[in-house]
Amino acid sequence: MKNKKPKIIIMSGYGLNCEEETKFAFDWAGGNADIIHINDLIAKPKMLKEYQILVFPGGFAYGDDTGSGKAYANKFKNHLLKELCEFLSRDTLVIGICNGFQIITNLEIVPGALTYNKNGKFIDRWLDLETRNSTSPWLKGIKKISIPITHGEGRYITNPKEYKTLKKNEQIAFLYAKGDIYKFQNLEHNPNGSQYDIAGVLAYNGRVLGMMPHPEKAIFAHQSPLWYKNKKVSKEGQGLQIFKNGVNYFKDR
Amino acid sequence: MISRIYVMPKDKGTRADSYLIDSKLSLKELTKLANALTNPILEKYYINEPLKVGNFSYAIEIGYKPGVTDNVSHTVKEIATDLLNLKKHTDFQVYTSKILFTSGNKERTEKFALELYNPLIERANIAQIKNGKINFPNKAPKVILEKRKLVVKVPLNVSDEELIKIGTLGIKEGNIRRGPLALDLASMHAIKEYFAKLKRTPTDIELEALAQTWSEHCKHTIFANQIDDIQEGLYKTYIKGATNLIRKQKRERGQQDFCVSVFSDNSGGIIFDKDFLITHKVETHNSPSFLDPFGGAITGIVGVNRDTIGFGLGAKPVANTYGFCFGEPDEKRHLYLDKEQKQKMLLPKRIMDGVIKGINVGGNCSGIPTISGFVKFDERYRGRPLVFAGTVGLIPKKIGARLSHEKKAKPRDCVVIIGGRTGADGIHGATFSSVATDFNSPATAVQIGDPITQKKLSDAIIKEARDMNLYNSITDIGGGGMSSSVAEMAKESGGVKVDLEKVPLKYPGLRPWEIWISESQERMTLAVPKNKIKKLFKLLESREVEATVVGEFTNSGKCVLYYKGKKIMDMDMEFLHNGLPKHHLRTSPPPALADLPLSLARRGARGEVYTKDLENLLGSKNLNGFSFISEQYDHEVQGSSVLKPLSGPGRINTDAQVFRPVLNSNKGVVLSSALYPSYGDISTYDMAACALDTTVRNAVASGGTLSHLAILDNFCWCSSYDKTRLYQLVEAVKACYDYAVGYGTPFISGKDSMFNDFKGYDEKGNPVAISIPPTLLISAIGVVSDFYKVVSPEFKNAGDIIYLLGETHDELGASEYYKMLGEIENNPAPEQARYGASVPKVNLEKNLKTYLALEKAIQKELLNSSLSVTSGGFGIALAKACVGGMLGCKINVESMSAGSNSAMVKLFSESQGRVLVSVPPKNTREFEKIFKDISNARLGTVSKDNKFIITEDNKKIVDSSVKKLYDIYHKFSNSMQ
Repeated sequence: MKNKKPKIIIMSGYGLNCEEETKFAFDWAGGNADIIHINDLIAKPKMLKEYQILVFPGGFAYGDDTGSGKAYANKFKNHLLKELCEFLSRDTLVIGICNGFQIITNLEIVPGALTYNKNGKFIDRWLDLETRNSTSPWLKGIKKISIPITHGEGRYITNPKEYKTLKKNEQIAFLYAKGDIYKFQNLEHNPNGSQYDIAGVLAYNGRVLGMMPHPEKAIFAHQSPLWYKNKKVSKEGQGLQIFKNGVNYFKDR
Repeated sequence: MISRIYVMPKDKGTRADSYLIDSKLSLKELTKLANALTNPILEKYYINEPLKVGNFSYAIEIGYKPGVTDNVSHTVKEIATDLLNLKKHTDFQVYTSKILFTSGNKERTEKFALELYNPLIERANIAQIKNGKINFPNKAPKVILEKRKLVVKVPLNVSDEELIKIGTLGIKEGNIRRGPLALDLASMHAIKEYFAKLKRTPTDIELEALAQTWSEHCKHTIFANQIDDIQEGLYKTYIKGATNLIRKQKRERGQQDFCVSVFSDNSGGIIFDKDFLITHKVETHNSPSFLDPFGGAITGIVGVNRDTIGFGLGAKPVANTYGFCFGEPDEKRHLYLDKEQKQKMLLPKRIMDGVIKGINVGGNCSGIPTISGFVKFDERYRGRPLVFAGTVGLIPKKIGARLSHEKKAKPRDCVVIIGGRTGADGIHGATFSSVATDFNSPATAVQIGDPITQKKLSDAIIKEARDMNLYNSITDIGGGGMSSSVAEMAKESGGVKVDLEKVPLKYPGLRPWEIWISESQERMTLAVPKNKIKKLFKLLESREVEATVVGEFTNSGKCVLYYKGKKIMDMDMEFLHNGLPKHHLRTSPPPALADLPLSLARRGARGEVYTKDLENLLGSKNLNGFSFISEQYDHEVQGSSVLKPLSGPGRINTDAQVFRPVLNSNKGVVLSSALYPSYGDISTYDMAACALDTTVRNAVASGGTLSHLAILDNFCWCSSYDKTRLYQLVEAVKACYDYAVGYGTPFISGKDSMFNDFKGYDEKGNPVAISIPPTLLISAIGVVSDFYKVVSPEFKNAGDIIYLLGETHDELGASEYYKMLGEIENNPAPEQARYGASVPKVNLEKNLKTYLALEKAIQKELLNSSLSVTSGGFGIALAKACVGGMLGCKINVESMSAGSNSAMVKLFSESQGRVLVSVPPKNTREFEKIFKDISNARLGTVSKDNKFIITEDNKKIVDSSVKKLYDIYHKFSNSMQ
């Protein structure tokens, strides 16, 4: 395996729409990503065996009708549940971003649920995340990052008991926090009203990551609203590390 | 059997979703489905049992009327089909609705319900909640069309009076007319003669098809016909004329002619780099948005996306743009279509909310960043809002060995319809938008877009089928339906025949003419060689995109339609496309304008009022920020954003936006737009000149270049048969020519909407007529060679030097400042006089020099900020730069080159050609060298404190604070959250 590019499968179809920039991010980070339509995977489910990282990208699968992520997750469950379990039983990684996070909560492979933002409106805004997790391969070397959210149903819902479990098991990936962006534009740090400020969660010993904010839209420095204040920085954006981590998990060994 | 599933939130729910299911499903199957519709952490469901709710008194159910697109029901059908393994044609229908619980009494609940739904497309039921339970009757809103004669003949051997009636009110059926054909008497005569020659009576479908093809919406007759002594008409002479001349000049001068496909396709296409083209198209969707704001706007944006997918062999939508002109949001005066006041029109605020949401859902669901837009208010838009929707596309120059912008249907290619199904929605849409809104406006002219059906279609075409070379031609089905789309594509091969019964329908009972002209959304026409059908259909099936062969392209010179084997239309392509009689339009100038009323003219010297004036002006809705719109539109998707809709810590709206459509290229695309409808009250020539100048300036100020900048025109006019309105049109078009040629920025696409007039009744039952002010939107698209050099508008660092480029003149006519003063002083003078007469004029020669120098300064990375001075003038521009950067300023305006030394002129005149820049001290020498021979004024510095100070002759004329201006700037937006 050493130095061989890990293979990444990025799901598409039915209104998912961030697959291209997500592929760009993984490829740039040193991976080898394929965009595969869910119906093509259903037609050839064995294909999943060839991959090390499974990605549910952002988008608007089925237009969020009946609740975000539900319909796509149902379809996946109806046809690919066995393959998904098999995939998770191997030493693999999964990431669900935004709509992908909503899908994997509906697939019940990460805890919690996502519902309408507290003001009921879609929000496109940059903000800050912090992580206190030190074990997930996805989060290696990350403390604070600033990346954007773009969602209408991003309010994370859990309950006090579950929250305790999440904390105990180091399953909280990201919290909405006060960082550079907060200092810059002085807006709410948790605009969708997520409980306990939760922006992302982990499962399967940190191998499965679900998050509402979009790291793939923060892989270049110029994408940040802070860039105009100081353009003389590295071209890389803070979101890229997540993709590097995913790829390096397989490269490093 | 009809069953009902309710899904509602577990805790403290005030609403529920309802799914009426007409099927033969067992309870076990329904339970399985209900589980799939419910997120167990958040929701619970009820099947065929009353919904249990908390302490409420009434429930309001809101669902669609029969036949209105119900996107959620599509999804539920797909979920059920997949989950329960239903066969393709299983009898299974879903009708969705939303239920809200209220605590008020019946009367209040009924009143509340009226605020929630639009009776044109939706139905509302109210039920009392008894013992915490509600039960709505399980009545499905099925479309049931009565059996009618499929095809009728329409004798034209009748009086002129009857011909006029057919033309204006529609074909008679029993005692009612079908709705406007929008054909005038001359057209009706031409048709009569044509069929007399053929010695037969036309069928209804033939007349309907002609009406669509000849409609103003499709033929743009006002721009095509001779007008006064402009023989070739406005479009050929001035719009296309400008582009042709610019291209010729560029080639002669050895500059790059970047135009590739202009005016001939669904969008205009220019060179992006050596591998790609970019396309742009801006549409209007005004009349549908007036009747059903959400449906009208979403159809507008999703429709213009198809103009991108339909460019060449199919371009990928990479950015959306929007523009809104609304009546005043606090407007309380209702308008009615009828004297009896049964048809109440929506108020501007309601229209605004619906339109904003329509663009939101259309753009966000499609995964296309909505990055560029504006909103304007004027009470004259209350009878017809303007909704502009644009899409930028990206396409490789070559697809395999083929040039991507060329396409041609060949004889014997199959006519393939893909995407959504055909229903009664949008019938007479194209002819409807060609007439004023009045009592006869057909309700079926309204549609609702379905972005996901289209997303599936779009992905399958532009990401797969296109590159597999599976079709010869592609075009959108939009205004005029198949009638326009198929017959238009048939020009490429020279004819077509179609079997209309093959077109897949949403519900049975549609007649052939309805199928042919229906404007149901999310459909496209392809020309597919027979040997590629199998492969294409296999691909589309696996992407769940419906595709049907409905006919064949021919070279017979005819457009022939069959229904179940019977020929129902047989018309020469030549007559269909070119038979429309030519008119000679005439114009006459409007009366001369009155001078400025004294009360305004005298205002000049009262220095102490300027702080207040500036703050008030910044607070006006036309100058305030609209982050509440920008933030609900996804502008990060596709990862391409460079200069965003909001900029700086103070989040000011940018006048130009830059994005990067190809993620591994440093080239960017700059977009901008401008319009000055109020200037048209004084001079439409200057209105057009200023719009063009501002658009160009906005683009250049951010890092665009005149050498790679193209423009688009959108004329939204009113009463276009009125000679003075036509005079104003000619004036505006002439300015377009003069300044496009002057700047070397070719038009690549355009669209017009000529009858934005409302005729109806006010609250007292008196007839009213409201026309929009003549409105011209100019949009620009350009290529930025290195987006790393792009400059944002807000101040960056304390100590930077502030300069104003360009000249300031006494040009306050129709300015935002005068409008505000007019309102404050409640000036009773006529409109034009109220706005003064000294409208800004564009000095092409001087501005050109300024812009070229500015390009140079930006390329050398000398600037820290650059903001185009537009509506509201220098004072507002300065306030925006400070608010954007959350930095103060200390300015002295003595050195401003104003023709008049009045502070009022300096602060608020809207003179064109000006840009406000800030330069780091270390760059000022080089900067000043570049601008040595160009009017500019060094005004002061950016300051670290919160102070916003403008002085003249050692006197503070404005003394405010950034914090205060920030609050004012975001006031409107915050009130909309």
